[in-house]
Amino acid sequence: MSTLAYVFGRRRSRQFARQLGGVRNLHSLPSYYGMRVALWCGLPSALLLFLCLALEETIISNMLLAAIPGEIRPNSVAEYNLLMNKIENLASGALSTEGVKPALIDASTALMYLRDTSQRLVTALALLVAGGGGFWGWWRMSAQLRARQQVEKVLKTFLLLCASLAIFTTLGILLSVVFESLRFFQQVPVSEFLFGLEWSPQTAIRADQAGGSGSFGAVPLFLGTLLISLIAMTVAVPAGLMSAIYLAEYAGSKVRSLAKPTLEILAGVPTVVYGYFAALTVAPFIRDTGTSMGLAVTSESALAAGLVMGIMIIPFISSLADDVINAVPQILRDGSLALGATHSETIKQVIIPAALPGIVGGVLLAVSRAIGETMIVVMAAGMAAKLTVNPLDTVTTVTVQIVTLLVGDQEFDSAKTLSAFALGLMLFLVTLALNFVALRVVKKYREQYE
Amino acid sequence: MNKPSNASTERIRKTLAKRYRTEKRFRLYGIMAILFGVLCVATLFVDIIGKGHGAFRQTYIQLSVDYAPDVLGISDINDTQQLALANFSGIVKNSLRTRFADVSGRSEKRQLYRLVSNSAEYELAGRLKANHGLLGQSEKVWVLADDDIDTYFKSLNSRDGAFVGRTNDTQQEWIQSLIEAGEIELRFNTNFFRSGDSREPEQAGIGGAIVGSLFTLFITLVLSFPIGVAAAVYLEEFAPKNRLTDFIEVNINNLAAVPSIIFGLLGLAIFINFFHVPRSVPLIGGLVLAVMTLPTIIISSRAAIKAVPPSIREAGIGIGASPMQVVLHHVLPLALPGMLTGTIIGMAQALGETAPLLMIGMVAFIVDVPGGITDPATVLPVQIFLWADSPERAFVEKTSAAIMVLLAFLITMNTAAVVLRKRLERRW
Repeated sequence: MSTLAYVFGRRRSRQFARQLGGVRNLHSLPSYYGMRVALWCGLPSALLLFLCLALEETIISNMLLAAIPGEIRPNSVAEYNLLMNKIENLASGALSTEGVKPALIDASTALMYLRDTSQRLVTALALLVAGGGGFWGWWRMSAQLRARQQVEKVLKTFLLLCASLAIFTTLGILLSVVFESLRFFQQVPVSEFLFGLEWSPQTAIRADQAGGSGSFGAVPLFLGTLLISLIAMTVAVPAGLMSAIYLAEYAGSKVRSLAKPTLEILAGVPTVVYGYFAALTVAPFIRDTGTSMGLAVTSESALAAGLVMGIMIIPFISSLADDVINAVPQILRDGSLALGATHSETIKQVIIPAALPGIVGGVLLAVSRAIGETMIVVMAAGMAAKLTVNPLDTVTTVTVQIVTLLVGDQEFDSAKTLSAFALGLMLFLVTLALNFVALRVVKKYREQYE
Repeated sequence: MNKPSNASTERIRKTLAKRYRTEKRFRLYGIMAILFGVLCVATLFVDIIGKGHGAFRQTYIQLSVDYAPDVLGISDINDTQQLALANFSGIVKNSLRTRFADVSGRSEKRQLYRLVSNSAEYELAGRLKANHGLLGQSEKVWVLADDDIDTYFKSLNSRDGAFVGRTNDTQQEWIQSLIEAGEIELRFNTNFFRSGDSREPEQAGIGGAIVGSLFTLFITLVLSFPIGVAAAVYLEEFAPKNRLTDFIEVNINNLAAVPSIIFGLLGLAIFINFFHVPRSVPLIGGLVLAVMTLPTIIISSRAAIKAVPPSIREAGIGIGASPMQVVLHHVLPLALPGMLTGTIIGMAQALGETAPLLMIGMVAFIVDVPGGITDPATVLPVQIFLWADSPERAFVEKTSAAIMVLLAFLITMNTAAVVLRKRLERRW
């Protein structure tokens, strides 16, 4: 219909042009007039459709509820949901009508009727608005009309909307984790969550059930996350930094063009592959080595997960460090070499100090990656929340717990499910802070030489 | 330099050897770091290819099957009801018993029946359905072997000796006799690429997961590319320098570094619980991944737009085009290769992503190959995750093979991005 409106709009603008003696007498090109009419036709009706679709279900169920006789009227939200489901199933034929209260059958036919009418109504309304809008746009056209400006304004608004989607996403994340977290903190005090030493989220389903009183002290999770991240960093920082220094300062262009993409392959491997590698290759290897040396190593040791995570982060650190080292001005290098320093002395005493803010920023970003990494730890680290710093023991992390708590069916009123959102909130805040600091540090440094 | 001219030169000379040693050591550290990285890449690939290459071939056993009407219970071949209910497992068992006539006793028979996969009967049913004339005839058919047999047969020639697993001595003897008769062989495993998930390793395939991944990626692309490009255009070309713009930029930079699992929480709380998008379908997966890849696409698109020289814009404005016309007609087409490159890299990221999809129910066990964006589906990385958890030994092979397929996809996409950049990139 909008296409049709476009054609009509353009034709009418051509008519104007003919009367005035050529297209150049119009304010805008004919296609802009066409687009303006098309927008008048399409936008309002699209908005209307969207609104109707959003409100339709609520209005229908309210009308239905008003029509239901008193004796089966629901008293609570749960009962209401049950009733609505039942009517829904009756209407779709999933539930046979045998032995069902006649009032419910009436309700289901009413539901079908209401849906049908509303669909017809909405379609008719949308068509009407589209037609009306199109005609209005067509009617209000003249040679002096600033059609291009109007069309461009709409387009610009659309662009702005797309750009602000980033804000909405952040807002959505915040809303989703904050609301559920607040509900969680109503059941479990914040102090217990932040400082409690025991984590066992299994809550009893019935009050008289034994086991699983549910304690939500997240310290073991934080400790486990830190332990694994620390192991990862001890692997990734030296390896990443040294390879960046070598590539930037020593390596010839041939080695560089070969080694750099090879390292970057590591960055492109999906985390699930690392997880598989950690769980099936590295962990058994570490366990067997440990056993042969007389150490008790679990097959879900923090070491395996941390080691593989470190490998994953190497290219991240090396490419960031490579950038900042290359950004150090050549004058500093030349000056130091001219004073008689060896190459390694120049690197250690001149280049690294000059690049330090950037490197620190990169390492902070890498830490936030390590904390938020999920698949490796889900597959290679354990579930048991132990308060230990022994890298050969099994620990669990924040992300592992979020996944285990939320995979499968959830009920959104138990502390168990909600605790995952509280953990998510912590994760979000910590990584946000790390990223913020890291970006600030990097930015501040960059301005120095530019 | 025969004689030291003064004390400080002397001092420097003394330390020189040590300094050069330090220099050499430092250099060595660098080389070691690089070698470590390269070694990791090599180990990863060798390990996965070593484990997974076997899965592309599958063990088949030849049976001579007798489509006896009385065993099948079919009196009228054109009766679809009878055909559907026919006892195909009976004729499979019969043919196994005829092949190994000396087998007696209930437990031994049960072990005999375990040689072939339970998909054999469906295979035979399919054949009879396609060719009604087979009824009462007998023919030689290659059917899938059970996964334990498959693992054993493949490992027969391996260096560490055969992997026995759950097979026992009698079964191994039968396999030996099959080998001598040439009635067992490895064939290319087309089933692996065609079928969906299954509890039986020999029947499990990644077809469903690949299709699911494609649908999900399609949704991601359709949503994130236009929105990402539009946002980048706004921020680079039209955004006034004000608080709102700054705020948007801070948000985009932060979102690019938010852990992916947080996007899963977002999908669960907002899309599923608030907007009631159904779970486990490519639609919701694509939505979440689109939100996740958006920052990547925006950032790379902005870089591409920035790379278009201002002279183009000035020339456009100079001959009377409006800023919007300049952007749409000149800047965008010139920046498109760069944007596409960024988008492909973003898509590759989305293809390999697992964690957020676990939250939104893409982790379900789904046998059917999905037919649309609202059919329950799983994606390739999640399939890998599911199989990696399965206890059967045959799934190790399958998992590695699935990883190989996933990596092949990713490498293709990344290579395409690099080639695209090299081909279409313009130096100004």
